[in-house]
Amino acid sequence: MPVLTYIESSNGKIKKNGFELASYSCELAKLLNTDVIALAINVEDVNELSNYGVKKIIKVNNESLNKFSASSFADIISKVANHTNSNHLVLSSSLDSKYLAPLLAAEINAAYVNNVIGLPTNLEPFTVKRTAFTNKAFSDSSVSSEKIIIGLSNNSFGLVENSVDSEIEELSIDIKNSDLTVDSSEKVSGQISIADADIVVSAGRGMKGPENWNLIEDLANTLGAATACSKPVSDMGWRPHSEHVGQTGKPVATNLYIAIGISGAIQHLAGINSSKIKVVINNDPEAPFFKAADYGVVGDAFDVVPRLNEKLKEFKAQNS
Amino acid sequence: MKILVCISHVPDTTSKINFTDGDTKFDIQGVQFVINPNDEFGLTRAMWLKEKQGASIDVINVGNSSSESTLRKALAIGADKAIRINSEPLDGFFVAKQIAEYVKSNSYDLIIAGRESIDYNGAMVPGLVAGLLKMNYVTNCTKLEIDNGKAQIDREIDGGKETLSCSLPLIIGGQKGLVEESDLRIPNMRGIMQARQKPLEVIEAFDFSSNTNTIKFYKPEPKQAVKLVASDNLDELINLLHNEAKVL
Repeated sequence: MPVLTYIESSNGKIKKNGFELASYSCELAKLLNTDVIALAINVEDVNELSNYGVKKIIKVNNESLNKFSASSFADIISKVANHTNSNHLVLSSSLDSKYLAPLLAAEINAAYVNNVIGLPTNLEPFTVKRTAFTNKAFSDSSVSSEKIIIGLSNNSFGLVENSVDSEIEELSIDIKNSDLTVDSSEKVSGQISIADADIVVSAGRGMKGPENWNLIEDLANTLGAATACSKPVSDMGWRPHSEHVGQTGKPVATNLYIAIGISGAIQHLAGINSSKIKVVINNDPEAPFFKAADYGVVGDAFDVVPRLNEKLKEFKAQNS
Repeated sequence: MKILVCISHVPDTTSKINFTDGDTKFDIQGVQFVINPNDEFGLTRAMWLKEKQGASIDVINVGNSSSESTLRKALAIGADKAIRINSEPLDGFFVAKQIAEYVKSNSYDLIIAGRESIDYNGAMVPGLVAGLLKMNYVTNCTKLEIDNGKAQIDREIDGGKETLSCSLPLIIGGQKGLVEESDLRIPNMRGIMQARQKPLEVIEAFDFSSNTNTIKFYKPEPKQAVKLVASDNLDELINLLHNEAKVL
């Protein structure tokens, strides 16, 4: 019974987290003595998945799936899982996948465990480690149902290269009609979203006003990073709500999180704790964020950030 | 319009997280419990619908008697009736099955839950209820308008937002944006007095099992002390990020 993973795409191309999902699913399949099948919806070129151990790729192409619909996508995944006879399904932690996962769980009568941060620590019963209490703790959860949907946390597993020959199967599936329609969709173009970013540059009240955000944006541009902000900053309207990270905002699980002028309230730390490396720049050496950080600079953001930006530009020029 | 708001009874956002019973249970010693913030945005949105368009609001919780204080708070904010399904909330699947079973015999036009609870972060209850009852479902809702039995909803997507529409009944997972933090209501004395008179119905749990079990909780390893870099030595910071942390 192969492991099935649903690989997300954007504009017909596999999203970056797809390769992490493939890597994880492949290692999971090894533990279960089986293979991985990847499902890609409306993706032209799926060949790169063969670099991450995927032996078989099922392609479903249908124009009516160009817009994401949680119920249609859940329906397709359930039909494919039935077709491949899979009991273990692996999904990402993107907003779309978290949206469709419980619908899929209800459809195929599976347990859904999200925020999973590693391979199972036990197979009988199937047990995985997850984050809980908004990253303030972890738990080992065992699953008692036969079918299991794993929601893998972004950037929690990484990539495992494993080049194999993949077989491609094209499946045609009837799409359910739904009364729920997407009327319009806006994506901030040309910017990296917080969910997809390797690096996030985040700033708080220490920036003194929205007019100073060019310093943050310049640094983010140099690093190819997404920009984010603390709750007070979005509450005051300095930055859009979509940039607010923290307990009631967006969760961040990135490789590098740079916090500038953010004191580090417990709710903010909860939201960003899953990030691997945290750098804090703050003029207050007593800011609680320093206790949660890996690297820190005590200094004035208006002095440190532009100089750091210049030095990073030099570094990038030398290392590219 | 009949609205059901699902209320999770969760530790306050500033709570210290500790565990007890051999690290298998959350330690409630000294912890203040509140309405799950994502649910409270939804409850406030429901109040606006009630006041502007006319609606009745029921609130529901799957929990033991300790969650009644949280349900009373929801009544004091303005809900009309509370239902407590009497059981430990074993997992998200169990809670969703209980709510779905209740809804089967008590129909609602609109069910509002939070996108996730801030304790176990399961992010599955509204979606499972929708899946079990074959209802329209949207989560990460940042805006909800109801007009003539039609709903228009904004949903946060990675890197933007989209607008959806559908007919009722509908179930949503709400979050900040449905209303703002400054719109949240602190119950006044009149509300608190009225809440005492409002019905709080306790019903026995339906016979379902959970499909997950928490074997053990852990707290994160204590973090190593931060490495401070002098603000006039930023080359060292880049060196550490490149060679030690390997993130550049």
